Amino acid sequence: MAEFSSATELYHAAEKVRDAGFRRWDVHTPYPVHGMDQAMGLGKSWLSAIVLMGGITGSSVALGLQFFTQVSLYPTVVQDKPTNFFTLPAFFPVTFELTILLSAFATVFGLLGILMLPRWNHPLFNSGLFSKFSNDGFLMVIESRDPKFKREKTKELLEEMGAGAIEEVNY
Amino acid sequence: MANTKTANTAVHPSEAEGVVREPLVLNNRSLGWITDRICGIVENRQPFVWWVLFVPSVVLFGCLVFSLVYLVSTGVGVWGMNHPVAWGWDIVNFVFWIGIGHAGTLISAILFLTRQKWRTSVNRASEAMTLIAVMCAGLFPGFHVGRFWMVWFLAPIPNSNAIWQNFKSPLLWDVFAVSTYFTVSVIFWYIGLIPDLATLRDRGKGLAKKAYGFFALGWRGGNRQWRHYEMAYLILAAISTPLVLSVHSVVSFDFATSVIPGWHTTIFPPYFVAGAIFGGFAMVLTLMLPVRKLYGLEDLITAKHIDNMAKIILLTGTIVGYAYIMELFISYYAANKFEGDAFHMRILSGPYRWAYYCMFFCNVIAPQVFWFHWSRHNLWMVFLIVNIVNVGMWFERFVIIPTSLAQDFLPGQWGYYSASWVEKLMFAGSFGMFLMLFLLFIRFLPVIAVSEVKGVLPESDPHYHDWKRIREKRRGAKR
Repeated sequence: MAEFSSATELYHAAEKVRDAGFRRWDVHTPYPVHGMDQAMGLGKSWLSAIVLMGGITGSSVALGLQFFTQVSLYPTVVQDKPTNFFTLPAFFPVTFELTILLSAFATVFGLLGILMLPRWNHPLFNSGLFSKFSNDGFLMVIESRDPKFKREKTKELLEEMGAGAIEEVNY
Repeated sequence: MANTKTANTAVHPSEAEGVVREPLVLNNRSLGWITDRICGIVENRQPFVWWVLFVPSVVLFGCLVFSLVYLVSTGVGVWGMNHPVAWGWDIVNFVFWIGIGHAGTLISAILFLTRQKWRTSVNRASEAMTLIAVMCAGLFPGFHVGRFWMVWFLAPIPNSNAIWQNFKSPLLWDVFAVSTYFTVSVIFWYIGLIPDLATLRDRGKGLAKKAYGFFALGWRGGNRQWRHYEMAYLILAAISTPLVLSVHSVVSFDFATSVIPGWHTTIFPPYFVAGAIFGGFAMVLTLMLPVRKLYGLEDLITAKHIDNMAKIILLTGTIVGYAYIMELFISYYAANKFEGDAFHMRILSGPYRWAYYCMFFCNVIAPQVFWFHWSRHNLWMVFLIVNIVNVGMWFERFVIIPTSLAQDFLPGQWGYYSASWVEKLMFAGSFGMFLMLFLLFIRFLPVIAVSEVKGVLPESDPHYHDWKRIREKRRGAKR
């Protein structure tokens, strides 16, 4: 794990690490750094696909619920208004709300699923330096599991890129 | 493309000469300063004023509990309502509180989508305000149904009576809209809180560290986390935007789809939404002006933020004023006798015309002061106007709801509705609950979104130091 002095330093370091072909590494920052995805060679998040599924589920559940209960189970006739396929406009608000609701659930649970959170115990939490990330630290972590990782060479690479403190974290 | 264009000038956009754009955070504060200042509010002892406000609000909350116990144990007859005014202060308060909530979602979602970076200083507190206001709002229809223990009938659950809800009823739409709104707002707020909870965890000791750590879910701030996090935030903003517009539209359907003169108008959805944003921003400023002063957040919530919010109040207040006048015009132009009479009574001959004048002054005339630059920068003036607006927005709902019912189709049942002490106590109590929960929020959670404010500093741009280096080189070359 290495600390850099600013977002700019970290950004350029990330580009170099990406070009060096590392796979299992990450940068830890107090806020999302714009453009870091490209600098790390990461694509677009695929969370939106999960949310789309959630939204489709929401609208089908809502339409199914309303048509099934209103048309077949218990048709409510108020003020001589019938319930059939043409009452669809009256079902829009609930359909809309449930679509939003299930999209929101898909977003939050999809996010936690992708990130594998909650995870309260992580080797990085044992490091004293690591807690700086949530204040003003710009950290880069290269895992020793990475096939390109070689203890001395990686350390040299980090130093070359201008890393301040370098710490080894056991896991 | 943008890069090459700005690289020629060799100045970071935030420092370009000739571009007069006030910084969002004043005095060149560092990342560490922002963390210390915001987390310090939670970590240090609360100022004396906090207690001065907290104790009475707890007492008022006790009054709310008492009035609810009295109501449930006696019956809804203790409220001043009777036929035909079946919707009185309870529904007025419901619409009032739910409207207040809307500014929080507007700031967090719509201003996010429109890339208004100044939102970062106020979005956390406004979202908290939204949640608390929706909780206050939910109380009223919950107890309005009469038998509170039967509220579960509103949910589409198979029951032994084999009866299902009427999904064609706007009242049921409202149940779905408000509960969805609350749930999505909680999710949005919590997702935004996770990185800041991690900050508090990393700074904390003992029990605080454990508690914040639990809710931070083990956030590590890695870019592999941030990229999905940002997508989640964007999606939540994108779905909250139509949601917030739909919620108050659905609330307005409760009235607009009925046949009562004064309610039965198509202008209601946009008119209610504009009014909600108007009233909500007024409440945001009512809360944020003292908070800013009390906790020394002047560098984060700057004059620019207050200026922007005052402008939004002016804009939405003017839209509301347009709606008031258009409502009157249409009642005349449509030549519907009942509609015309309802509005004639509302403004000229009815017993509640004082409420209409009060509403019109507070919502349309008073905010016009914000056209003037000095008024948006005089904090006492801003505080005065937003409180007038708070009053005015309550009166708007009062004018719409009970006064339309008190004089409906049958002159034989016309009357004058006024609230009983139980309703008044409950309304006062809901303010106690609102203030109490907001003070607890200030005490335990970061009032300003730490990670988001850091993201709008000029130095947070990954190219900021590159610009600096280029500029220094050029300066050196010139010399």
